[in-house]
Amino acid sequence: MTTVPDKVAEGVGSWLQRSMPLVALMLLVLLFSLLSPRFLSIDNLANIAVQSSHIGLIAIGMTLVIATGGIDLSVGSVLALSICVAGLAMAPADAGGAGLSHVTGWCIGLATGALAGAVNGWLISGLGLSPFIATLGMMSIARGVANVLTDGMPVEDLPEAALALGSSSIAGMPWSVLLWAGIATLGGLVLGWTRLGRYACAMGSNEEALRLSGVRIGPWKTALYVLSGLLSAAAGLIFLGRVSNAQPSAGVGFELDAIAAVVIGGASLMGGRGSMSGTVVGVVLMGVLRNGLVLMDVSAFWQQLVIGVVVVVAVLLDRWRSA
Amino acid sequence: MTTAPDVVLSVRGLKKAFGAVQALSGVDLEVRAGEVLVLLGENGAGKSTLLKTLSGMHVPDEGEILVRGRSLPFGQPGACEAAGIVTIYQEFNLVRDLSVAENLFLGREPHRLGLVDHRRMRVEAGRMLARVGLDLDPARSVRSLGVAQAQLVEIAKALFRLERSGGGVLTLDEPTAALADHEIAVLHALIRDLKAQGQALIYISHRMPELRAIGDRVTVLRDGASVASGLLADIADDVLIRAMVGRDVATLYPRREVAPGAPVLEVEDLQAPGFGPVSLAVRQGEIVGVAGLMGSGRTRLLRLLYGDARPARGRVRVAGEPLRAVTGPAGAVAAGMGLVPEDRKNKGLALGMAVRDNLAMATLERHASWGLLDRGSLARTAKELVTRLRIRCRDISQAVGRLSGGNQQKVVLGRWLARSGPVLLLDEPTRGVDVGARAEIYQLLAELAAQGKAIVVVSSDLPEVLGIADRILVMREGRPAGWLEGVARTQEAVMRLATGQEETT
Repeated sequence: MTTVPDKVAEGVGSWLQRSMPLVALMLLVLLFSLLSPRFLSIDNLANIAVQSSHIGLIAIGMTLVIATGGIDLSVGSVLALSICVAGLAMAPADAGGAGLSHVTGWCIGLATGALAGAVNGWLISGLGLSPFIATLGMMSIARGVANVLTDGMPVEDLPEAALALGSSSIAGMPWSVLLWAGIATLGGLVLGWTRLGRYACAMGSNEEALRLSGVRIGPWKTALYVLSGLLSAAAGLIFLGRVSNAQPSAGVGFELDAIAAVVIGGASLMGGRGSMSGTVVGVVLMGVLRNGLVLMDVSAFWQQLVIGVVVVVAVLLDRWRSA
Repeated sequence: MTTAPDVVLSVRGLKKAFGAVQALSGVDLEVRAGEVLVLLGENGAGKSTLLKTLSGMHVPDEGEILVRGRSLPFGQPGACEAAGIVTIYQEFNLVRDLSVAENLFLGREPHRLGLVDHRRMRVEAGRMLARVGLDLDPARSVRSLGVAQAQLVEIAKALFRLERSGGGVLTLDEPTAALADHEIAVLHALIRDLKAQGQALIYISHRMPELRAIGDRVTVLRDGASVASGLLADIADDVLIRAMVGRDVATLYPRREVAPGAPVLEVEDLQAPGFGPVSLAVRQGEIVGVAGLMGSGRTRLLRLLYGDARPARGRVRVAGEPLRAVTGPAGAVAAGMGLVPEDRKNKGLALGMAVRDNLAMATLERHASWGLLDRGSLARTAKELVTRLRIRCRDISQAVGRLSGGNQQKVVLGRWLARSGPVLLLDEPTRGVDVGARAEIYQLLAELAAQGKAIVVVSSDLPEVLGIADRILVMREGRPAGWLEGVARTQEAVMRLATGQEETT
């Protein structure tokens, strides 16, 4: 017999299991606010949000791709390529650019990211390469193209307007954070409430069953990689505004941060399972961890170690959670 | 309580609950040396839980397990194997990329000077394979073996473990589900051989004639409890079925009035390398059965019809409209076909996803407005189908992998009911499905035919083909060997055509 308190305990237990990333985040916030008086200040929290926003955007696309059982290793390089192309489009002619308006430049950057994603999608669903291999190739190709285009030098002298997405605010809210919040909401809608999102999970769970149900896999899967490329480019435009020049070496290692955030958020790398709110929590958790460690004067080397441990522990906890 | 001297395994009052679900509610059984105990029960009756408890993967709440009178420690897989409880599950536990010899000795490789002694391993492996009557090179990779051979390798591996433990109980969980008739004969000969050597066995299967051929005693499980036991020869089939289902199953195959209408599915000269030409027409309201031995081209026929394989020549038309092969399954579905594939776990279902999502897999676009899915209408449709097909699930958000085989199969069928296309193709629709659910599936097919659908059923279960099909196409070596209709539909006639004993009818 189960009694009422039993059921309540069971309910609380299952809620705790489902919301474990969120609970971990809250504990971490509590810990840092006790250890450092500066942690809970508005400025610092805004700082965390701004610094997480570009990884936040990349992780949204990554969640969709990982739900299919795939992976996109090229996001960091695609980010670099997109901002270099956008930078060259927007930079004044005397600095070697095309002198186009900032909106045109942004669109060109986004198109570049989408194109790289389309190539990924074609390699994977057209030529049948594994996502790991295809995007590993693109990781190198996009980086190479970015270096060739810029001769390995940062694109400087960008117009002030070109940096707006990463540097300015509206009504006190940074554009980057607003964009992240808006696109994450859209991403959640796509994952849970559209055919694209449901097909993504179904591909990750059993692609053959989906194909035999009469769904053309290729176009849908390609669309997901296009989205991932597009979001990497969007993240790039934010990143561009923050560092104020377009470096071909930007975004190295971003793919690992994004993948870690998605996994902390409860997605399975085997596919079929992913949660957009979980991913957002994962990104924030990593941001809080970095920020808190900095406030406590922990060296960057130790930060790397701690983040690695967190990723491993998150996956172990998740295995316990889904067992 | 005393036990007969030849009782090898005895289980008494075994109980096990998972949360609120009582998976085992009192199981008693005995297995004797040199005998096969047949374990019968519908899916969900507790067979899997019982097997897992016996092999130490679950800890029971109550009861005891005695092996040769000594009680078995609970929840220790190693100790259970050492005591001689070895189980061969439906899903093989072989590493496909390793050789046969390496698989046989996995974890117990013979050593010499710290290195694996490959020579001794191969010689020993040869001896073990000979015991199961398998003549193949132990260096071959398991990947290169057929299902039947892989099965025999599993048995050889199990016998090796039994040998090391000094003999115990060998359990076979639906060993013939994927075997052709002549392979079943080989397996049964091996089991008789083992019996003669005094081996005690537990045998699980849904196929009644097979159980009669091989079993000595029977224990029937229902709702987690053993409800009947005895010598198999003393108990009639209908008594067993009643014990299993808990009610009378009046007739497995529904009575149908057939009045076929216009042809819906038309196939002309369908050819592929080593296949065809096949021509056929399936009319509205008709169920066409496709029989034949394994490898005779039955499944290939369905794949070619469905656009899952490209024909070299030939035409397929659905309701008069020609189907273009390049469009693949998506084109076939758009034209009004639906396929219930043979391998429902790998090709039919997204096991980790909800019942609702699996039911909607072929109709998602109908629930979208302005790009967004209408979750309310998705849930309504899913609930209707669950009620209509009597799918037993906790709710529509339960993962489909948690359901029993019969209920999983109903979900695949439900997906096509939701689309309500005019043509339904089914490949081995009742494999691994218990008697109760089978009767329901047959009833459903009869209803669909009565509504005017054209249905093609491929099956290696002869009584099933004879029971539900109006006409039977028998395939042999990729070619149609003949059609059987009306009173000509007998098991003997099908087998004669399938084996080529009779060229012309």
